[in-house]
Amino acid sequence: MAAPMSGGGRLCRLAWRRRAGALHSGAQPAALGREPGKVAETQSGVAPWRAVVGLEVHAQINSNSKIFSGSQVQFTAPPNSLVSFFDASLPGTLPVLNRRCVEAAVMTGLALSCSINKKSLFDRKHYFYADLPAGYQITQQRLPIAVNGNLSYTLYVGAKQSQMVTKNVRIKQIQLEQDSGKSLHNDARSQTFIDLNRAGVGLMEVVMEPDMCCGEEAAAAVRELQLILQTLGSSQAIMAEGQLRVDANVSVRHPGEPYGVRTEVKNINSLRFLARAVDYEIQRQIEELENGGTILNETRAFDYKLGCTIPMRDKEGKQDYRFMPEPNLPPLILYDAKSLPANIDDQQVVNIDWIQERLPDLPSVKRARLVEQYGILPEHSFTLLNEDGLMELFEDVVRKTQMNPKKVIGWVISELLGHLKQYDLTVKESPVNSVSLADLLNLLERGVISSSAAKQVLEELWKGEGKTPLQIVKEKRLELIQNQRELDQICQAVMEGHQEEVMEIKAGNKKVLNKLIGLVQRATQRRADPILVKQILEKKLSQ
Amino acid sequence: MLRTALREVSTALKEGQVSPTELCQRCLSLIKATKFLNAYITVTEDTALRQAEESEKRYRRGQSLGDLDGIPVAVKDNFSTTGIETTCASNMLKGYIPPYSATVVQKLLDQGAVLIGKTNLDEFAMGSGSTDGIFGPVRNPWSYSKQYREKCGQNSHLENEDSSWLITGGSSGGSAAAVSSFTCFAALGSDTGGSTRNPAAHCGVVGLKPTYGLVSRHGLIPLVNSMDVPGILTRCVDDAATVLGVLAGHDPKDSTTVQDPFNPFKLPSVIDVSKLCIGIPKEYHIPGLSSETLAVWSKAADLFENAGARVIEVSLPHTCYSIVCYHVLCTAEVASNMARFDGLEYGHRSNMDKSTESMYAATRREGFNDVVRGRILSGNYFLLKQNYEKYFIKAQKVRRLIANDFVNVFSSGVDVLLTPTTLRDAVPYVEFIKEDNRTRSAQDDIFTQAANMSGLPAVSIPTALSEKGLPIGLQFVGRAFQELQLLTVAKWFEKQAKFPILQLQEMLDHADALSHQKISLSS
Repeated sequence: MAAPMSGGGRLCRLAWRRRAGALHSGAQPAALGREPGKVAETQSGVAPWRAVVGLEVHAQINSNSKIFSGSQVQFTAPPNSLVSFFDASLPGTLPVLNRRCVEAAVMTGLALSCSINKKSLFDRKHYFYADLPAGYQITQQRLPIAVNGNLSYTLYVGAKQSQMVTKNVRIKQIQLEQDSGKSLHNDARSQTFIDLNRAGVGLMEVVMEPDMCCGEEAAAAVRELQLILQTLGSSQAIMAEGQLRVDANVSVRHPGEPYGVRTEVKNINSLRFLARAVDYEIQRQIEELENGGTILNETRAFDYKLGCTIPMRDKEGKQDYRFMPEPNLPPLILYDAKSLPANIDDQQVVNIDWIQERLPDLPSVKRARLVEQYGILPEHSFTLLNEDGLMELFEDVVRKTQMNPKKVIGWVISELLGHLKQYDLTVKESPVNSVSLADLLNLLERGVISSSAAKQVLEELWKGEGKTPLQIVKEKRLELIQNQRELDQICQAVMEGHQEEVMEIKAGNKKVLNKLIGLVQRATQRRADPILVKQILEKKLSQ
Repeated sequence: MLRTALREVSTALKEGQVSPTELCQRCLSLIKATKFLNAYITVTEDTALRQAEESEKRYRRGQSLGDLDGIPVAVKDNFSTTGIETTCASNMLKGYIPPYSATVVQKLLDQGAVLIGKTNLDEFAMGSGSTDGIFGPVRNPWSYSKQYREKCGQNSHLENEDSSWLITGGSSGGSAAAVSSFTCFAALGSDTGGSTRNPAAHCGVVGLKPTYGLVSRHGLIPLVNSMDVPGILTRCVDDAATVLGVLAGHDPKDSTTVQDPFNPFKLPSVIDVSKLCIGIPKEYHIPGLSSETLAVWSKAADLFENAGARVIEVSLPHTCYSIVCYHVLCTAEVASNMARFDGLEYGHRSNMDKSTESMYAATRREGFNDVVRGRILSGNYFLLKQNYEKYFIKAQKVRRLIANDFVNVFSSGVDVLLTPTTLRDAVPYVEFIKEDNRTRSAQDDIFTQAANMSGLPAVSIPTALSEKGLPIGLQFVGRAFQELQLLTVAKWFEKQAKFPILQLQEMLDHADALSHQKISLSS
């Protein structure tokens, strides 16, 4: 399913054109899926723009304690309550590397098909900022823990967003580093408050090559990364809690020309904003260049209220970080089964092979399995994985019913998920669980109720009154009429009341039969099995 | 009693000849009497007496913690001490009271040692004279010795303002002076380019710089992380081995300490050096070396030769690049390490409140002296992107070459190197300050620095008195983690050298008088 990387540009290239007013109306990508050669021949005859987007994603490592100190990691703790002497950079304190953070990075690297460096190094990156107590951040600039990986992701294209395309982005590297603290500015009192709870929390910086070309692609890639991290448990990757933060490097150029000057949009903390920020920035650069301006190599922030990017004040401007090796941490050495020294304490080493063997199924593998095992459509497998807990619910329902999974998926996605989306609920919050849905589908499957009755039952179940589907069926008298003679009589009565239609059918207009079926349904308050009704009517009509 | 070695006073404590409290009080009196030496920044009288009392209880119960129980020790004021001000002799940390103790300090306390005070140094240990701290210079106790006074013909009263008093060397001058003037039995220094061995040589005491990675740096406020090592200052080699036995070993809080277990050792009493090979590095024979020191060095080589050892000339060809290489690496790490002193979390904070940036600038201008600021400036220059390859990377390569020089020499069969520790004996303060800190540091570290570059253990042994009656020390450099061999050789040599004891009778009498006076006043 994966589209080839190089030369496979047929579907994965976007052509951008300047559009009047785009900056203010919210930029949208231009039409997708054109041949690059054809794009050049536009109405105005001007060469089109191509956007180049690369990402740096900071994922907070899901660990109990910080990367270089024993302080706990917790999002909701009171300010400055999780600060060790090291985190506050008291003089004389030294970093001690947290093994769990190393394992998380190795796991993530393996999941992204990276090669894991058996030896990696730590560096100091210097800049003065109030929430960086040591005046430098410990990171891996020279030799990171993982390099040369790949991430494939899928997005919907086409006029109706109906076509699924799989794309690849190369992973340049994954580096371990410390998070900074938080600054809270009070402009009224012109004061800055510092919270060091986050200072020293372990981060994995995943650097993606500039293989993307629009906001939607960037968002889809990050979404896939997020799912992978959550599957691995290496990061909770909750963007709203700042556990996944994205910096986007954006530039534009004409095809065949070298890369343009890039800007960096920093600290984007939602997928929606990421797509909007990237697309805005692309349009802004195109407009700037077409107006004869130049692009500055600068850092910008996305203002989600205004929907635009704005230059950031100095913090990350043109700075010389004066990188230097971190002298207090020896090189990080990882082992594999082959290189593992004998008689070594397991707690003292990280074994790459051991981690590889225990890697859980990745989202792509899960999707393939779902498609194969249940015969569902690939896009349904994406939906199942995109919603936390939906895959588990689906599989649970399949296990509990005799219904064909291909039919179950319809109920799960159109009915259940549709409803949840409408009311902005998560799967966990759903009033209908797998047990009641399975009960309901079993009633349908056994012919106790019709599918329209099943929908009625579902409506009742959403109320969350704790009734079982069977109770609802009984109360509302929704069972199909099983008594053949009773149905026979109803059909007879309908035929007698509609002689004109009967004549028409007998004259050869079979379509009118459906009208009679509908009338029987109405007479039974839709409690009749339409197939059975059809059989009875046909039999009677042929007599 | 105060003039004995640690091991002897330890025996005296065990035998009940003296009590820990009594010993502590005597040291405290002597500290007061020798206050003009300026060896201490903080004298921790109250806590010391409390610790001595605890120790006394243990002795009474027969539950002594070992050789260090009840022994007064001093710690250089760049080691963090819980609840005790730790200043690095800088305005930046004036009033800073750490909430934790350095591992080495904790290890001393856990063995029952009595922490008597925090000793003076150059600001942030940047210097080779112990003259550049905010609390003023440390005076070398030998300035007031009978030996020196007789030689330079000055018999004036010791407290008279005179211009002849000598520097201690540095930057651990306070610790060296404290051990040398008998106010404690052992002291911690730190050694980045020679800061323990240099003042040890000038003050006539033993100064040991252990192998990098053998002793924890956790809690030592860093100068150059990749070279810093806690140093040990004692009156004899056996004492240094005893203290090393307590301090050495892996520390989970310092990832650069080695994992291998360390077995404390006692040095043999009968030593045979006849099977040893002593290397004499020819590059250490340099123009600035005083003829006296050169003579002492040759005599020492002869001693070994006469005892049957093989003494050979060896070459450490990259020695001459050491100073400039050290300058680049040291300043780069200093620039980085000093970045944390921004006035936000601890230490000095300027009143400037226009902006965070202006507060940083004012805080750092007010907090650091010119030496520190100069090193920060040059270090940042070397780390700039356009200079990094040219200076920092090159210096690292040169460092590797210097380290390899030692590897080559040791793998050729040499067991221990014998070198001078300093170019000459201690100079008077007025002489010393004629040159700036940078020039002085460059000159004075010349024999000691390479051991820090290569991480090797080295020890300075007081060897002889100069014509002026001042100590001259020689240095032994050993193989990595071969402290037992290094100190064994050093102990043999110490025995042959018969270095005279510092004669401070005049000063001690004065101290006694003071303490009696105090007793009579209080009774």
